[in-house]
Amino acid sequence: MQRETLAQIRFGYGLGGNRPIASSKSALLGEAKEASRAKPRASSADRVKVFLNYREARKSENESIQKKARQALARNSMNDLRAVLQNAVAGPGFGERLVQFWSDHFTVAANGPILRVLAPDVADNAIRPHIAGRFPDMLRAVTLHPGMLVYLNQVQSFGPNSRAGKRTGKGLNENLAREILELHTVGVGSSYAQSDVRSFANLLTGLSADKGGFKFRKGLVEPGQHTVLGRDYDGQLAGITQALEDIALHPDTARHLATKLIVHFIGGTPDANHVDDVAQAYLASKGDLSQTYDALLDHENAWGETFLKAKTPFDFIISSLRAAGATKADIDQIKPSELRNGVAGAMQLMGQQIFRPAGPDGWDEAPEAWITPPGLAARIKWAVGFSERIQEGHDPWDFLKRALGEAASPLLQFAVAGSESRVEGLALTLVSPEFNRR
Amino acid sequence: MQSRRNFLTRSLALGCTAAASPLVTPITLASTPGDARLVVIILRGAMDGLDVVRPLGDPYFAGLRPSLDLAGSHDLNGFFALHPALDALMPLWRSGELSIAHAASTPYRDKRSHFDGQDILETGGAGIGKGGWLNRALSKLPGTTSETAFAVGRENLLLLSGDENYSAWSPDSDLDLSPQAQLLLEKVYEQDPLFQQAAARAMELADLTDKPMSPRRAGRAKALAKFAADRLREDTRIAAFSINGWDTHANQNNTLPRALGELSSAITTLKAELGATWGQTAVLCLTEFGRTVHENGSRGTDHGTGGAAIFAGGALKGGHVLGAWPGLSDGNLYEKRDLMPTSDVRSYAAWAMNALFPLGKSELQTHIFPGLEMYGNPGLIL
Repeated sequence: MQRETLAQIRFGYGLGGNRPIASSKSALLGEAKEASRAKPRASSADRVKVFLNYREARKSENESIQKKARQALARNSMNDLRAVLQNAVAGPGFGERLVQFWSDHFTVAANGPILRVLAPDVADNAIRPHIAGRFPDMLRAVTLHPGMLVYLNQVQSFGPNSRAGKRTGKGLNENLAREILELHTVGVGSSYAQSDVRSFANLLTGLSADKGGFKFRKGLVEPGQHTVLGRDYDGQLAGITQALEDIALHPDTARHLATKLIVHFIGGTPDANHVDDVAQAYLASKGDLSQTYDALLDHENAWGETFLKAKTPFDFIISSLRAAGATKADIDQIKPSELRNGVAGAMQLMGQQIFRPAGPDGWDEAPEAWITPPGLAARIKWAVGFSERIQEGHDPWDFLKRALGEAASPLLQFAVAGSESRVEGLALTLVSPEFNRR
Repeated sequence: MQSRRNFLTRSLALGCTAAASPLVTPITLASTPGDARLVVIILRGAMDGLDVVRPLGDPYFAGLRPSLDLAGSHDLNGFFALHPALDALMPLWRSGELSIAHAASTPYRDKRSHFDGQDILETGGAGIGKGGWLNRALSKLPGTTSETAFAVGRENLLLLSGDENYSAWSPDSDLDLSPQAQLLLEKVYEQDPLFQQAAARAMELADLTDKPMSPRRAGRAKALAKFAADRLREDTRIAAFSINGWDTHANQNNTLPRALGELSSAITTLKAELGATWGQTAVLCLTEFGRTVHENGSRGTDHGTGGAAIFAGGALKGGHVLGAWPGLSDGNLYEKRDLMPTSDVRSYAAWAMNALFPLGKSELQTHIFPGLEMYGNPGLIL
């Protein structure tokens, strides 16, 4: 198999896009840099404004004002969905895959109006700019983002002995502290204890948010020194930043991130030497992600010809759009109702509710989690409907070549040639194992 | 080349595709292992047992949760009272079709991670390996087919995963393909067992679903329960699904009743839809761990240890709150913060399976829950 084909399938969103194909390691790393510089759809301030307008209008007694507010919120979400689709379909493949990977690593689920607005902003403004930079910077940007502070209840955490804590009698909420250790950094396999979680929660008490975005509230800070993973910090912003930097550069974080990257992009049981190499590159570069990806790509397993992973429903739909030759402009033309039913609704039937994973651990990496009887049935149904829509512009045989190149098995070629209608021929490519794996 | 015009003008949204066609192999009705039915509902997110089954008789309880609402509780036995959002289950309590195990937990301790906690709840213990305990139980039942156990819903249920075949389907699925397309699909999937098995099952099951439902977010549990009951009235003996929404870190007075409403509707739907079969049914509602004894700073509760399990069904010898009560004074808490577990929630599941199916105690302790000490029979089932 040609390296170009393999790179597009495994590290990008599949063949058929309208950009030059990156296949060398340096070209892939270039795609990461390029994606990190892409303009966000909106600034954080603009997005917060959407929510504030919504909240204000909800107070109104006037039904039509209320309705307009709901519509504006829905429109904002549709714009976010459209922008995510456009980037994935037409952007630099490896870079856009990394934006999704890190957005999943730092899951903020869009539950409720405020998070519907803020969750896509975390990806746009806290994650994307750092995907080719330093992980400690990304961790800091995400941890201080109002979306994460709301999602993991940090805005409701009070130092029990802080001024505000004593006045109101309110206390700690451990959620963010726990998930940073368990999911975002050292990982649950690391040897931290409940006392570390508690102490870290005490340390983070000043982190909060208001209308202006992130806000450090001195009045909430739990006084004293807090010991996390054996080091002492005070609860001021500089102390918190130092703690995040130290935890980000902990050897357990390096191994946790290395393992996750390998599981996500390559799959199977991670090769121990490969994990060592990637973790070593991460530590040696003090958390530089480009050097980390370099080590990820610099291993024979990264170029093995067996595809062990299954595309998620999102990735499956993106690959289908690319195979059909969709451009950014085409995606602009999709009506909101079609985005809702044909993309978001279809993804939900395939088992993935966009922007809303069930918990902070994000989407499942195992192929078995997605290729289930109901999940595959939903892909087949969508593929048939999609093929009906694109049939006039595509010959099944050319479509197969465009979508899979030499990754199409002889068996699939035989089946496409033997299909009795154009729609079935197109749909067979879309539902084939080789199109759904990577 | 693709035609620009078509891409732009044609809708992406799905219409109904081809007319229904006779689908491949019809399900063969096979011999089944007895008549008892077991439903396991996983409550994901850690249900606050202390708020659901309130120890109002414990002198420390009210003081630990000053802003959590205790009004409207339904007295159970003079000491414990049921959350008002479980109203609809009180008739079951009175007729001996509902029991609670309190201060129960899995062996999971200390890190209080949902995901690890759920893994241990579903695999049946730490370090046991990959599959779920319900799958291992299945391997020890005589005469099982892939119909015997059903995972309902769109998630991959660890509880039922493993070497034994089981079915997975969601009540909002359907599949219409021409016979020719189906044949080609089967051919293409021959090269990949994961796709081959999923597709074969989808084609069979599409035939069984009379009319696809589209469960909305609220009422999803009802749709899952209805589908499970439809299967359980036929050859299925074990069904499992999950209900989310228990991670009540904030404003528990509002967030917990929503999840309880779903649970309550799942149980009452099972009873209504199972009809006479309800008499042979036990429903086990299990969660990964309990929540902190003290409320937190945001009128919610954080991850804890000891929790509660809810059991329902006509096969129950119900009307009991099982398990020794550890008390809520500071000295009686686990790590000064959590309800002290006094029993292993797996032992209730083990004893229930012992009563419902031909599964012996030693088999349960060595094979299904390796390392579990079941102790005495709590008398959960008639």
